[in-house]
Amino acid sequence: MNEVNLNTLWVYLSASPLLGLVVTLLAYIISYRLYEMANRHPLLNPVALAMVLLIVLLLVTDTPYSRYFEGAQFVHFLLGPATVALAVPLYQQISKLRALWSVVLISVMVGVLFAALSAVGIAWLLGASTETLLSLAPKSVTTPVAMGISETIGGLPSLTAVMVVATGILGAVFGTRILDLLGVKDDGVRGVAMGVAAHGIGTARAFQVNAQMGAFSGLAMALSALVTALFLPWVLKLIGLTG
Amino acid sequence: MEFLIGITVLLSYQLLGEVVVLVLDLPVPGPVIGMLFLFLTLLVRKRSSPTLDTAAGSLLSHLSLLFVPAGVGAMLHFQRIGSEWLPISAALVFSTLLTLVVTALAMKGLQRLLLRKGAVHE
Repeated sequence: MNEVNLNTLWVYLSASPLLGLVVTLLAYIISYRLYEMANRHPLLNPVALAMVLLIVLLLVTDTPYSRYFEGAQFVHFLLGPATVALAVPLYQQISKLRALWSVVLISVMVGVLFAALSAVGIAWLLGASTETLLSLAPKSVTTPVAMGISETIGGLPSLTAVMVVATGILGAVFGTRILDLLGVKDDGVRGVAMGVAAHGIGTARAFQVNAQMGAFSGLAMALSALVTALFLPWVLKLIGLTG
Repeated sequence: MEFLIGITVLLSYQLLGEVVVLVLDLPVPGPVIGMLFLFLTLLVRKRSSPTLDTAAGSLLSHLSLLFVPAGVGAMLHFQRIGSEWLPISAALVFSTLLTLVVTALAMKGLQRLLLRKGAVHE
């Protein structure tokens, strides 16, 4: 009898968007706690951990992604206003930006172009399909922007989202160490590199280091999104990847 | 109430961005245009507001949570990722790490260049 009740409960809950929302938040909170318990070891990146937990859960319970997303879309939706919100830290850093704006802008343009072309080039050399190439091209910018660009240029937006998250995690996990190895100590430079290479996930990591690195990372991420959205479709047309 | 007003402002700018993109048929996502408009507004007003700071701060403090639902979508692409794992993973790893290096060196170089130019002017 108990089993019947549990079954009815499961049928009810799994059909409701509430479950997808709650498990997303729980998975993230658990992952974040583990990350803190491990003294913020970069390898225990909370986004990666939460993703693995949720994918395992969905596979074990045989739940399709579309049903999960009915609930998770409420979290996903907030990426829109969060992108708009980047204007605020951008404005707060305006005094520093004013002195450096040409340097930051040129660096971002160089980085953005390199990010897209190197990703497409490496994957092309190793024999990736055109759809995969187009989905990889916008991988260094924040998810809502990247998905929009992917759709515009004929990639697969949901595959792009995965590439974007993987890129962000790689940048967050290895970024600070690579910058140390390069001997880059200036928080402005470190932040800009992080924001261009690893968008929001890198910016979240940069804010953990300190506020200045975070602000520059947020600034670079916002500028990258803008520059990529404006120029990438034309660059890809120029190299003959899109019609 | 503060948070409510702040988030309403953010959503309104997003809406404005989406409308502009739709009307002008721009290849840029709506939230990016929204961000640009909000930034210009702040520049013109010459100050932010506590309500906006609160809403933006709380959204951005757990920015990485917002990427989780999209990331879980990896399960839709297991097959493609499995058959193209080498180009995909090589592109992700090398492009991301090299982009960090290239961007950092570009900015460092430009700063040095600017500094030297400044010194010449003096």
